[in-house]
Amino acid sequence: MVGHWCHNLRQPRLMMKRAFRPVSLLMAAFSAVLVGCAPDDGGIQSQKLAGIKSRGKLICGVDGKLPGFSFVNPDGSYSGLDVDICKAVAAAALGDPAKVDYRDLNSSERFAALASGEIDLLSRNTTLTLSRDASGGNGLSFAPTVFYDGQGVMAPKASGITSLKDLAGKPICVESGTTTELNLADRMREIKAAYTPLKFQTGDQTYAAYLQGRCVAVTSDRSQLAAKRTSFPDPAAHTLLPEVLSKEPLTPATVNGDPGWADAVRWTIFALMQAEELGITQANIDAKVAEAKANANQADLRRFLGVEGDFGKQLGLPADFVVQAVKAVGHYGEIFERNVGVSSKLKLERGLNRQWSKGGLLYAPPFR
Amino acid sequence: MGADPIQPAHAAPVTPWWRNRRLIPWLVQGVTGLVLLVVVAFLVGNLVRNLTSAGLLLSWRWLGNPAGFDIAETLLPFNAGLPYWRALAAGLVNTLRVVLAGLVGATVLGTLVGVAAFSSNGLLRRLARVYVELIRNIPLLLQLVFWYFVVFLALPGGRDAIQLPGLVLAKSGLYLFKPELINDVWQAPLRLTVEFGALLTGLVVYTAAYIAEVVRGGVASVAAGQWEAARSLGFSPLQTLQRIVLPQALRVIVPGLNSQYISLAKNSSLAVACGYTDLYSVAETTLNQTGRAVEVVLILLGAYLVIDLLISALMNGLNQLVQIRER
Repeated sequence: MVGHWCHNLRQPRLMMKRAFRPVSLLMAAFSAVLVGCAPDDGGIQSQKLAGIKSRGKLICGVDGKLPGFSFVNPDGSYSGLDVDICKAVAAAALGDPAKVDYRDLNSSERFAALASGEIDLLSRNTTLTLSRDASGGNGLSFAPTVFYDGQGVMAPKASGITSLKDLAGKPICVESGTTTELNLADRMREIKAAYTPLKFQTGDQTYAAYLQGRCVAVTSDRSQLAAKRTSFPDPAAHTLLPEVLSKEPLTPATVNGDPGWADAVRWTIFALMQAEELGITQANIDAKVAEAKANANQADLRRFLGVEGDFGKQLGLPADFVVQAVKAVGHYGEIFERNVGVSSKLKLERGLNRQWSKGGLLYAPPFR
Repeated sequence: MGADPIQPAHAAPVTPWWRNRRLIPWLVQGVTGLVLLVVVAFLVGNLVRNLTSAGLLLSWRWLGNPAGFDIAETLLPFNAGLPYWRALAAGLVNTLRVVLAGLVGATVLGTLVGVAAFSSNGLLRRLARVYVELIRNIPLLLQLVFWYFVVFLALPGGRDAIQLPGLVLAKSGLYLFKPELINDVWQAPLRLTVEFGALLTGLVVYTAAYIAEVVRGGVASVAAGQWEAARSLGFSPLQTLQRIVLPQALRVIVPGLNSQYISLAKNSSLAVACGYTDLYSVAETTLNQTGRAVEVVLILLGAYLVIDLLISALMNGLNQLVQIRER
């Protein structure tokens, strides 16, 4: 059983392949002794998780400049949807949402930071794609998608532009070298509309040219447009067109080759979604725990909240990891509403990010 | 060796090889060359090995794939369905267009400012000085951002555009020959965009400051006696400049101009700061989409090298023309 050996080591894949050779088994056993696998974790083989526990801190890579997702407040604290995922994972693993060190990363640094082990978790509005997931590509291990986004187009309300067709023959601002630029070209060709792409190297220049009125519209991820809009002089004067030009599932990621850690992150995020489905909120979590403890018949709830069973142990997390996570940041719906929802500054509809039972895409597999 | 045993005592001593003045330079050159060759071979080998293992060995086939992105303004017709090499060619033509216009503009403005430094009008003299000092000491990138975002984008757009007979100046550009407002967008047979305008203005104003200094140096190198002699012969100041001073100053000016022209060509790659789609901008998009970093950078290096070598060759030819011919 490979599962029982601590796979430390820098080449977990190699080890799996050779695991059934007796010599390798012996070596694995030997290295397990050397590394000092903690057997009291119930045989969890995640070196990353062990490292986080011994360090007492989760190191989380975020954007840091995107309102609603990860943003540094005037007092130096971080807030946002991506940040809340970090907090939930820290609460699940360490029992305290404050035990997170944040690293601000730009889009070109993010994968290297994860691969080199500088960060434990990448929670930075990163689109899940094949090449980022594949071992031959960036080789990341993706958690469940926490925000289903799509490319959108923003235009001033006063311009009277209400759809992509109205943009025919007009200049559109776009950041150069992004997939955004390609998607725009594809869609405009589909509807046979000529247009003028004005390309800028940075987001700041792109939005500056748009605000100066050089282009009649600007295109990017819809959530990013909504986030940037909050810092415009008059946010209410700009509107997002209804068309969605592409699929952008924004997803947290961990390093490939540590399945134990990836599982812990994955099920912590699923727990946030399941909590919403079960109606367990930050406010009523204590009451729910008390209810589960008092009522031996509610087996589902008891298992979910760790009152009975050993789900936490199987993941290498404390038995009450779900309780800790929900207590820290609330269920998924609460996180969404607080950071990016209709009542927040970003004013985004739930859209695809609703529960499956309400026509959305959030679907936590059974906790069983 | 049937040498006479007594001979060595009297013959000129044979120089040991390490003190041989003809051999040593060759040896040193040879070893240096060899080391250089080994280093280059190692670097190239390393590059090829790493690219091969990453599955990215140099390949040019992607140049024929459809680009998939659009370019805002081109002299060569282009659309997203055409291959990458057409996109790069369109970018190159855009670069050449702004470089050529910039060379002419910067030369004219630079010469005027340089000559103004010798004007008898004190105000003009000081203005020329202030211009040179102000422009030379601000980074070009900042100036481009200033021209684009502060000056050109502050122009009124749409219906409020500045309209003169046969000419419209709007936020989106300069329209010549019967401009019409169709569907809130100006249309005209000849159009210069504000991106082109901002880049051209920035390059001309910046390079002209340097050219002015070159011209000033050239004019100053002509002996004061030449001015005095011309005046005593009844030449007007303008005639003196035109007939006597500038022809002599050109010998000093032309070599200095060469490096300014080359700088202008290289600086044009800052176009992306003001949204103009030049070769560099197209190459950047291409690189991001194809992942062919090495090939794209090689193309860029080659293109700018050729442009600069061409300018250099032309200027060297001009230099020979203006030199004193000794008979």
